[in-house]
Parts: sequence; structure tokens; C-alpha cells
Amino acid sequence: MGSYIPATREERQKMLESVGLTSMDQLYAIVPEVARVKSLDLPEGMSEVEVSRKVSALADKNQQFRSIFRGAGAYRHYIPSVVKTITTKEEFLTAYTPYQAEISQGVLQSIFEYQTQMCELTGMDVSNASVYDGAVAAAEAVFMCQERKRATAVISGTTDPQTIAVIKTYCESRDVPVVVIPADNCSTDLEALKVALTKETAAVFVQSPNYYGVIEDMDAVVTATHEVGAKVIMGTNPIAMGLLKTPGEYGADIAVAEGQPLGMPLGFGGPYLGIMTCTSAMIRKLPGRIVGQTTDHDGRRAFVLTLQAREQHIRREKASSNICSNEALCAMTASVYLAAVGPKGLRQVAESSAAHAHYLAAELEKIGFKLRADKPFFHEFLTDCPVAPEKICAALEERGILGGLPVDGGILWCCTELNSRSDIDSLVAILGEVCA
Amino acid sequence: MSIIPAELKYSKSHEWVKEEDGVFTVGLTDFAQNALGDIVFINLPEEGDEVTAGESFSDVESVKAVSDVFSPVTGTVCAVNEELLDDPAQVNEAPYEAWLIKVNNVSEKEELLDAEGYEAVVAAEEA
Amino acid sequence: MKLLFERSCPGRGAELIPACDVPTVAFDAGLVRNAAPRLPEISEIDLGRHYTELAKQTHGVNDGFYPLGSCTMKYNPRINEEMAALPGFTQIHPLQPVETAQGCLEAMYTAEKLLCEITGMDGMTLQPAAGAHGEYTGLLLIRKYHQSRGDTARTKIIVPDSAHGTNPASATMAGFKVVSVPSNPEGGVDLDALRKAVGPDTAGLMLTNPNTVGLFDANILEITKIIHDAGGLCYYDGANLNAVMGHVRPGDMGFDCVHLNLHKTFSTPHGGGGPGSGPAGCKAFLEPFLPTPRVKKTENGYEFYAPDQSMGRVRGYYGNFLVVIRALTYILTLGKEGIPEASENAVLNANYLMKKLEGVYDMACNGLCMHEFVMTLEHTAHDIGVTAMDVAKRLLDFGMHPPTMYFPLIVHEALMVEPTETESPETLDEAAEVFLKIMEEAKADPESLHHAPHNCAISRPDEVTAARSPVVRYDFGA
Repeated sequence: MGSYIPATREERQKMLESVGLTSMDQLYAIVPEVARVKSLDLPEGMSEVEVSRKVSALADKNQQFRSIFRGAGAYRHYIPSVVKTITTKEEFLTAYTPYQAEISQGVLQSIFEYQTQMCELTGMDVSNASVYDGAVAAAEAVFMCQERKRATAVISGTTDPQTIAVIKTYCESRDVPVVVIPADNCSTDLEALKVALTKETAAVFVQSPNYYGVIEDMDAVVTATHEVGAKVIMGTNPIAMGLLKTPGEYGADIAVAEGQPLGMPLGFGGPYLGIMTCTSAMIRKLPGRIVGQTTDHDGRRAFVLTLQAREQHIRREKASSNICSNEALCAMTASVYLAAVGPKGLRQVAESSAAHAHYLAAELEKIGFKLRADKPFFHEFLTDCPVAPEKICAALEERGILGGLPVDGGILWCCTELNSRSDIDSLVAILGEVCA
Repeated sequence: MSIIPAELKYSKSHEWVKEEDGVFTVGLTDFAQNALGDIVFINLPEEGDEVTAGESFSDVESVKAVSDVFSPVTGTVCAVNEELLDDPAQVNEAPYEAWLIKVNNVSEKEELLDAEGYEAVVAAEEA
Repeated sequence: MKLLFERSCPGRGAELIPACDVPTVAFDAGLVRNAAPRLPEISEIDLGRHYTELAKQTHGVNDGFYPLGSCTMKYNPRINEEMAALPGFTQIHPLQPVETAQGCLEAMYTAEKLLCEITGMDGMTLQPAAGAHGEYTGLLLIRKYHQSRGDTARTKIIVPDSAHGTNPASATMAGFKVVSVPSNPEGGVDLDALRKAVGPDTAGLMLTNPNTVGLFDANILEITKIIHDAGGLCYYDGANLNAVMGHVRPGDMGFDCVHLNLHKTFSTPHGGGGPGSGPAGCKAFLEPFLPTPRVKKTENGYEFYAPDQSMGRVRGYYGNFLVVIRALTYILTLGKEGIPEASENAVLNANYLMKKLEGVYDMACNGLCMHEFVMTLEHTAHDIGVTAMDVAKRLLDFGMHPPTMYFPLIVHEALMVEPTETESPETLDEAAEVFLKIMEEAKADPESLHHAPHNCAISRPDEVTAARSPVVRYDFGA
């Protein structure tokens, strides 16, 4: 059935003859007979109409919520139409990694623009061309901080649990000790952090706004960490960077973030975007591809993949990371998103998200959903739950609303610019009914 | 043709060595820099690090390759040419001035060649 | 070509976000940033034109022949894109209750089963986001397996010197020491060298078959047996699966685990370097170690579960889900006849093109190749000073993407050509003519090739300066 092979049966036969063969089987004569596939247990091929029906039917089995109050690492923001138009251009979609600079200036320049924007966003000096997602960015950042006499990674327990899980997997295989500092009422326990810091500490990872939405006391984290000579890795949310103090301003050594909020759909978890930026002192430890500006032989500005001798295809077993493919098209998506909204638009998205979240928090307090922490937060917050969280979620789902995420016996709520006041009011009204 | 100063000693892996009062200065030969091409970065050890004769103590990056640099002696790094971190091209331009490290407390030496012996090594590789 | 920032004009931009309908929050001054990020302020039409310009300076599969060896630059069907853009997938939150995401779980479950059948594996994780990530995951399976048996002495992974650079790099990341074994001139495993390399410290072998010279290693059953007899496991690098799918399966060649590149073999687009997807599959005895979560089918529908000795997570959520949807669409489209047909035509196209170039270009090996072949410009470089780089750069002038250059490392002045099955005989004929013409030029006027390309947006860039003094972001000035 379906096939994307242009050559007709007759043409294939002629081609076979031109290489001195008569049948396709002869192409595989070298494969040991016993290992050959006798029959493949796959469904029959389909026409485009049939396959479209089949896959669409799967999509139809999912419930699309008209109103979403859940974040926890994946956020529904508005995606400007122009973002989709640009990032689905076939040239960008179907190109490979820009190894041939002369015919890849488009992709290379877009990555250079992305790198610049990420530096601006996080207040850091240099950025790579992206890694797989925010959690992997955090794990790769931990490796950047490894020194001969410093290995231990100290991770705040207020970090997204998936990020902690990925860091642990990565560190386990390289025998890098990981210490997780327990959360103290939704923020990093600074006293416990100070106790954990030693001269063997290589890196401290703190996410702010953290998993619970709380803005951490990063000044204290940076001071304590640098006092023992370790590096600070700050995880953050790129939308928050439209408003909040940046990792660069706090004096962090490395900043990482999940870039999904910058124009990528929820997409059931991916593809997303791992953002990594750092100080210029650490540029050679930064994994992944980096685009640099140079000139061509005729003196024109040109862009190339640079510092490649750090990478796996040259350094092989001595490379600090194995990353090859990254998330280039997602990086371009983030770049187009930031250009489309501009500095004012980004601030507007950040302010509106925070404002809606604070409005929701205040309304929830009125009906008995007490905030767990009395601390500054961005667009997420954890509340107690007067009734079983599952009961609330079920009632909301029936009405097409995805409520907050049940976490630690409470509920982790999230708002963005897309949760309008009237949506929030109707959510609160329903919750009032359920709890009454 | 490679420049091979008569007053220095050489390793077969293309490092030059100069001994002065128990301190061994190590660099890359003209032949080595020529073979590597434009050097874009040099990873250097730190002062106080131990190096071992015959083992790599540094690597040198060109645009599309990386090559190990081997220590001709066993000892302690007592000085590092940090200028090379910012300007690795010095190794291309003046290989016998752009030293990489100085080593003291030397306990062991590789069998080192004189200029004539090294010239034979280079001639064999160029053939 | 101006940069985004050079097109910026204060005050420009579209109104995208409605005015906030609730009171704004007054954060403490100590919590807010000092200055706004210097993002471009640009009208929508200028933004559109900027990227249209960039697109014109980007060579994609739809712009011309793309025989980039080892990368499988086949056609990326549009239906895949349409399916991956369905709101019923894109609008689904990864943490919404599984009862409300049954279509997503079923898609993952189905994709896993189909990929297992194609590779001869029993279980598969879709979590790895790219090929190297899949390699890492596969190696962690091997690590966990030996650990679970208390066999802590197995610390070494054997990798042939013809392997992709990601193989040794992934092995190091997974905590192994790499033992490089020499290949025979055909890029195949040297059996004697392998026998000498194995021992009680062997954790496993990483291998791609067909190998990076484009040949199927006929000793494959012997190779995997040597490793198994020594107590190690065999890892299949799926980079070259497009040569053999539907004809021979890694699981039937003796491999215990694999990774796939959905962005190569299964037609999902490369996106200028990603996102890809690198599922890792394994035989049943390794399934307990797979990353969490996995999908299972129960009486009540599809559910997530954590394998009992799981390695944990290698990425957030469930992998590049929307890429998996594209690959699923592709596999369903091709089906049981289309899958082997794709591979055999990939092999046919490679042999057809190789035959046309033989005699003018030196091949690394004689005889039939699989889905790709490697040429060597060693003699040309030596005799007339025209290198693989020169030929590659001249190809750009003809609207062709060059083959992979200088890989595999065991072939000097290598050009690795992988046409894929989705190119017509006319395209291959035209490409052959271009290759032959370039060799004529090389002989007539070698000097001109050193300056190629002549007709691209830029001439050869100065990579030395770029690396010595990296400029990796725009300078806004004071």
C-alpha cells in the first residue's frame, strides 16, 4: 500500500540489472539465512485516508480541556499564529544539523539568534544550541561542574521531581554523589543546605520559581555555595524571566530551564526544549552544539558550528557529553516566540500569569483552600485541600476543566495569561459547590 | 622542513624538552604544530598536578581534531604557560618559545632523543 | 543578512495578549529584574520576511538531493506532520489523568509494539529524545543487568574503531571504560581481535550492522556469540537500520538491546538538528530495568507503571511524543510490505549510484554495499591535491547536499553516500553526472575546487577564528 518510493516496478528491475542482479533478494545474499526475517507481524499498509482516520481516532480518545489550571513543568500559554507558520517551513523542518555552513546559514543564524536571546533572558554570557529538555539540561549542568576534587551535587528538594529523577540517573552511572536537601515548607531549607555544603561539593542546584511556584532566596543560595567554592546551577522558568530577577543577576554560574512555555504546545510531554546558559568562564564545559560568528573568505559575516573539538564526534570516549541531535526546531520556536511577543509582550505574559495565579490563590483562600506557604510565588502555588483532591479533580473534569495537580496531599495550582478572570471565577464556583 | 633546534631534547611523540637546574620545560615541536594545523585551544594541567612519563597531560584542539600531548618526564607541574589559554596560536607561530608546562621533582625520564635522533624520527614520518 | 536584533525598532510588534483582567502583583524590588531582556521589537510582516530569508539559506530534503551518509535523509511525509499537529495530541497535558489521555497511551503502546516487531525486541522505551540518548539508555540497561547479578567486574564496553563517535561517548557517560577494537578493511569486526578483547571484565559490545563502511557483517552471529560466551551483552546501534528493516532483525542477530533513530529510519524530520527520538528496546530479561514509566494494557484500558528494577528517568515525561506520532503514522502507512520494501530500495539506490561512480571514484570496498557506500579521495588528494572537502564543497554549487565527510575514521578522505529509498532513478542519474563532472574539473583545474563553493550565500567560513575567539551571541554595543 503506502510507499514513498518513486521508482516503479519496471525501473527497479532495470536498476537491479544495472548492478548485475535479477532480484531484490540478492541484495541481502550476505545475510545469514538463519537470521533472515521469514514474515513480519505488522498490519497491512494503509492509504493516506485510512491512516489519517486511524491516527485521528487515537487523538479523539483524548480529552482536550478548555480550561487548564495545571502546570508542574508543562504550561499552556498562547502560541502566536506566526510561530506555527514560520516553524513549519519545510526548509527548517527537513534540514539536518548545519554541518555544511555554506548552505545552512539560515539554521545557523537562527541558532545564533536563539543563543543571544537565551543569554538576554537568563542574564548569562553564553548559551548552547539546546539539549533535550529542562531535566536533562539540569543533569548536564551538574556534569559541567565536576572538578578533580569536587564531585558531589547538592539538589534542593523543591526541584521538579522529574528533574531530580533525571539528575539521579545521570549521576548514578558516573558515580557522582547526589544529596537532596529536603524542602522546608515549599522552599529550600537554607540551614540544611549550609550543612550539606563541603569542599567536595561541586554544584548546588536550586530551581526558582521552584516546583511549588515559590521564588527562592537565591541570594542566600549563591552566597553559601560560592563560600565553599562550588558552582550554582539555577533552574528557572523562561516566562518568569520577563519579570523576575535573572540567574545572571543573582550570580549563578549556570542557568537551565525547560523552554516549552516559549511557543511549544503541551504535546503530552514533548518535544520540549532544554535551555542551558552559563558564564563565559565555563564556555568550554558547555555541552552540545554552539554556533559562532565569523567571516567567510570574502569577508562577509558568516555563522558556523564552533568549539566542535569538545564534542563526541571528535573527542569520542573523552567527550564530556554524548549529545548529538538536540532540539533545534524547538529552539527556533522559542526564538520566533520571543521575537513575536517582544520584551513588552513577554513581560505582559509573565505579569498576567502571576496576576491570575495570585487572584486564584486569594479566591481559593476564601473557600478554604489554604496556601501552604506564605512566600512570594510566581504563577504556581500549593494549597491544602478541604476534601479529597481526587474528588475535586473528577468534578472539574466533568466540566471540561483540568484542575491543579494533586501533590503532597494538597493541590498544586497554575495560571497563565490564558486563564481569564471569568474562567477562574467559574472554577472557584464549582469548587465551592464540591466542598460545600 | 621542520625546524629542530640542536640544543633541545625530544620525545618520539613530538614534544621538546629543555632541562635547566632540575626544571624540565615541555613544548610541542615544529613538526607537531605543523601536523596539527591551526591550533584553537590547549587544555593545560594545573600547577601542582603530577605528570607521568609517557602519559597524556594535555590535549590540543584544532578545528576538527584533538590530540593528546604526552609528558616526557614524571614529576610535578611547577608552572603553566597560561598565555596559551588566550592565544594558542603562539604554538603555531613560535613552537619553541610557546612552552606548555614546566616540571620539577622529576623522578623518571623517558628515553629522550637529541636533535639528530629526532630528525630521523621526523624524516621517517614525513616519508 | 540582518540579524533579528538589527531589524528591531522600539515600539513595534503585534498585540497578542489581552490586557490583564485582574489586579497585577507588586513583587518586591529585590525579586524583579533590573532591565528588560533586549528582545527584538519587530512587526509581524518583517518577522515573517526575516525567516523566509533564513529559509532560503537553508537546504532541506525538499530543496534537493541529500545523500548524507549515516543520517538517512529520506522524504518526510506531510501526513506525519498533519497527524502530529492534531489538537487531540498537541493540547494534551502530560500530567492529565490517564483516563483522559487514553489515545496518547494507546499510541505509545502501539508504537512500542510495532518497533519491537521490527527489531525483534520484547520491550521498548520511547523516553530517549535522540539517538545518543537512546544509546545511553541501552548502556544503562547493560549496566543495571550486570549490577543486578552482582557482577561488578564488568566495566568495559567494546567498540570498533569504525563506530560513530556517540558510541564511545555514551559508554563513558554510562560509567564504562571503552575498549576500541580495530576493524578489518571492510569496516567489519576483526574476530581475532574481538576474541582477544573479551574477558571477565566485558560488559558488552556496541555495534552497528551494516557497519559504517556500508557493509553487512556476515560474521554477525559469531560476533554476538563471542560476546555472549564471555558473559557480555550485545548492543545494536540502530543508525543503519534503514538498510535491513523487514529483512533481518537485531534481535535475530543476537543483540540484546537496541536504539532506533525515528528521525532517520522512520521518516520523522530532522528539524535542523532535532527534535529526534531515540527509543531503546531490549529482550525480555532486560525489561525490568527500562526507564519509568512504561505503558501497559489492562482490562480498564492503558496505564502507566514503573518497572520493578527501573533505571529511573532519562528525560522528563515520556519522550518526544509528537515525534513518535509521526513515526507511528509512517509505520502504519507502510505496513508489513512497505517496511521491507523501503529498505530494499534504499539498498538498491545505493548500489545503483555506486555502480555509476565506480571507476571514476575509488570505493573503500568492492562488491555490493548496503544502504550506503564510502568513497575515498585518498589518491586524488595525494596526486592532484583535491580532497574530500573540495569535492563536497563543489557539490554545493549544484544544489546538492554533500555526503558525510571524513567518516568513518578508518577510511582516509572519506565521502559516505546514503541516497535513501525516496530518490528517483533520475535524481540518482543527475547526481552521478555531477559527481563525474566534478572529478573532470578536479583533473583539469584542481585549484578552482579549493575555492568552491562559488554560488552559495557565503564562501568557506573561517572556522579557525571562530574557534579561537568565539563570538557566540550578538553584541548590542554599549
